[in-house]
Amino acid sequence: MLLANRRTLLRIASVVALVLALGTLATAADAQDKIRIGYAISKTGPYAGGASITTLPNYQLWVKDVNAAGGIKLGDKRLPVEVVEYDDRSSSEEAVKAIERLANQDKVDFIFAPWGTGLNLAVGPTLNRLGYPHLAVTSVTDKAPELAKRWSNATFWLGTSAQISEALAELLGKLKSEGKIGGTIAMVSVADQFGIELSAAGREAFKKAGFTLVYDKTYPLGSQDIQPLLKDAMATNPDAFIAFSYPPDTIALTEQAQLLKFNPKIFYVGVGTAFPLYKGKFAANSDGVMGIGGWNADSSALKDYLARHKAATGQEPDRWASPITYASLQVLQQAIERVGKIDRAAIAAEIRSGTFDTIIGKVKLKDGLLQEVWCVGQWQNGEFYGLAPTSMAGAHAPVVPKPQWQ
Amino acid sequence: MLLFDIVLPGLVLGGMYALIALGLTLQYGVARVMNLSYGESLVAAAFGAVSLYGGLGLSPLVALLLAVPLAAVLNWLLYRLLLERLMRRGKDSGAQEIDSILVTFGVLFVIQGIMLVAFGGQYYSYSYLSIPIVVLGSTLAVNRLIALTFVAVIGVAVYLALTRTRIGTAVRAIAVDANAARLVGIDVSALSGLAFACGGGLVAAGGVLVSMFLTFNASMGVIFTMKALVVVIMGGVGNVLGALFAGLMLGVVETAVARLVDPGLTLAATYALFLGVLLIRPTGLFGRAPS
Repeated sequence: MLLANRRTLLRIASVVALVLALGTLATAADAQDKIRIGYAISKTGPYAGGASITTLPNYQLWVKDVNAAGGIKLGDKRLPVEVVEYDDRSSSEEAVKAIERLANQDKVDFIFAPWGTGLNLAVGPTLNRLGYPHLAVTSVTDKAPELAKRWSNATFWLGTSAQISEALAELLGKLKSEGKIGGTIAMVSVADQFGIELSAAGREAFKKAGFTLVYDKTYPLGSQDIQPLLKDAMATNPDAFIAFSYPPDTIALTEQAQLLKFNPKIFYVGVGTAFPLYKGKFAANSDGVMGIGGWNADSSALKDYLARHKAATGQEPDRWASPITYASLQVLQQAIERVGKIDRAAIAAEIRSGTFDTIIGKVKLKDGLLQEVWCVGQWQNGEFYGLAPTSMAGAHAPVVPKPQWQ
Repeated sequence: MLLFDIVLPGLVLGGMYALIALGLTLQYGVARVMNLSYGESLVAAAFGAVSLYGGLGLSPLVALLLAVPLAAVLNWLLYRLLLERLMRRGKDSGAQEIDSILVTFGVLFVIQGIMLVAFGGQYYSYSYLSIPIVVLGSTLAVNRLIALTFVAVIGVAVYLALTRTRIGTAVRAIAVDANAARLVGIDVSALSGLAFACGGGLVAAGGVLVSMFLTFNASMGVIFTMKALVVVIMGGVGNVLGALFAGLMLGVVETAVARLVDPGLTLAATYALFLGVLLIRPTGLFGRAPS
C-alpha cells in the first residue's frame, strides 16, 4: 500500500517535471513577440512581509494593467508583457544569483528591483554591470545620491534617511513655533541600518529645530516585548514620541501605548503605520497617529489606483511606497515607449532625464532621485494623508494634539 | 514600584517564552524528535486563530478547543507516517536526532509553503482582550496575562501527568533509554507517538495564544523555533518544569536589562544568560548529568 503510494508519487513528480520542462521550452521559443520582465522578490524569509504588501502586488497589478491595455508600445506594435519570477528568500546571495540567472539564462528584457534597502544595495552592482535599469524604489539610505552618481542605470524613489528625519523635524518645528507642542521628544529606533540612519539624522535635525531629546534608545530587531522601553519613554513625559520602527514593533508600540494610556501630543511610528493592516487593527484608534509615508488621498488618480489595486490583488496598497512602486513602473513603460526599442542604456537615461505622467502626478527625477516624497503622514478619518514636506501638493494640516486613545 | 514593574511584566513575557517552548520539551525531550518545523506549526496555529476570529468571529480561547486536538491528531499522523520509521532505523539517539532534523527541516518548508500559498507573506495581527489591567501598580495586558495563566496550568498539568501517572512514568523511561524501556514491556513507538502528539497540541495552544498579541507572518516560524530551543536547552532537555523556569527567568532578565541597563542589550542578555547556564550546567538548569 505504502509502496504503491510511493510509486504514484514518483510518477506524479516525473509528469510534473516534464510539464515544467515543456513549459520553459515553449516560452523560450516565442520570446521575440513579447517583452520579458524578470524579478526576484522575497516570497519567504524576513523580508516577505514587506515585499508582499508593497512590492509584489504592484508588480502584478502593473503587468495586469499593461496587458489589459494591449501591452507596451514598441515602434508600431504593442507587445504583451511576460513575467519570470524567482524567490530570493530574503538573502542577498540568492538575489544576486537570481539576477544573473534572469539576465544570462532567461534573457529577460527588464529586471524589476527587489524589496528593501539591503537587497537593493546588494543587487545594485550586478544590475549596473549587466546594464539593466534599476528602479530601487523601496530603499531608504543616505548613500542614495552617491550611489546614483556611481550607477548611471539606478534611480532612487523614497528619499534619503536625512530627508525623512528633516521633514519630520520641520513639521515638529512648525508646530512648536505655533505653540501647539512643547520642546521635548522621546525617540526609539530599531537597531539596524534603517533605524540607525534615521535616528542619527533625526538627532541632528531635532536639535537644529530646537528640541531636546529626553529619551533616545535603540532596541534589537525582533524584540517581542517593547513595554519596558515604552514605560521609560513615557516616564519622561515627552511632547512627541518618535519611533523609527519595523512593522511588528510599530503594531506592538501602538498597542502598548494604548494599554499604558500613553498619549503624547505627537505619536509617530515607523514602517507599517501606512499599511492597511494598521487601520484594520486599530480602527478608530489609528486616528491622529503619524508615521512614515502618506499620500495625497484626494487625488482622483490615486483613488482609481486604490480601487484597481483592491480588485486585482484583494488587498489595499500601503500608503507610502506602494503608489511610488506602481508609478516607477509607469515611468519605465513610458521610457521604453519613448525610446521605441529595447535599448536599456537609452531607456535608463530617459528615466533619469524625462518627465512622466503617473498616478502620483508628474514625475521628474533629479540626479536619479525622486525629490517629492511624503515623509510624514497621519491617519485622519480612516485615511493616511501626507503632512510633510509641507511644500508638496495636497499636504494636509496635522491634527495636534492627537486625540485620546479610545 | 520599579521592582514589581520589572518582575511582573518580566514574568508575563517569560510566560510567553515558556508557552512557546512547552511543546518542544515534549517533542524533543521526550519523543526525541528535534522538530525543526516547530515554529512553523506554531505560526500555522496562529493563522488558524486569525482565520477563525476574522471569518467566524470565534474567540481565540474557543479556537483553542478546536486547534489543540486537531494539531495533536496531525502531529500523531506525522509521527506514525514519517518519523516512527526513522526512530526505529536510527541506531542510537544521536542518529535519530540527525534523521529527525533532516526530515523536519523538509516538513518546515512544506508547512511554510502551504501558509504562503494560503495567506501570502504579509503581516497579520488582530486585537483580542488587549485591555489594560493594573496588578500591584504595574499595567499588564489581559491577553498576555491569560497566556501566562495557561502556561502555568498546562505546565503543571504536564509535569504531574509525567511524574504521577503510569503512562507518564513510561514516557519518561523512554526519554531516558528507549531500548531498556522496550525490554521492560513498554510500547515505545505508541508512547513516543503520544508524547509527540501532545507536544503538537501544546504548540497549537502556544500559537493560538501568542496570536492574540504578536504580529506575525508566514516566514516567522524560525524565530519561535530558536527561542523555544534556547528555553528548552536552558531548562534541561525533556524537563517541563525546567522549561517553565527557564522561560520565566529569560523574561525577567530581559525586562530587567531593558529597564535598568539599556533596551538595546536585551538580546545580548538572553544569550549571555544562555551561555552562562550552559557553562555552569551543560545539561541545563534542571537537566540530569549524563550517566
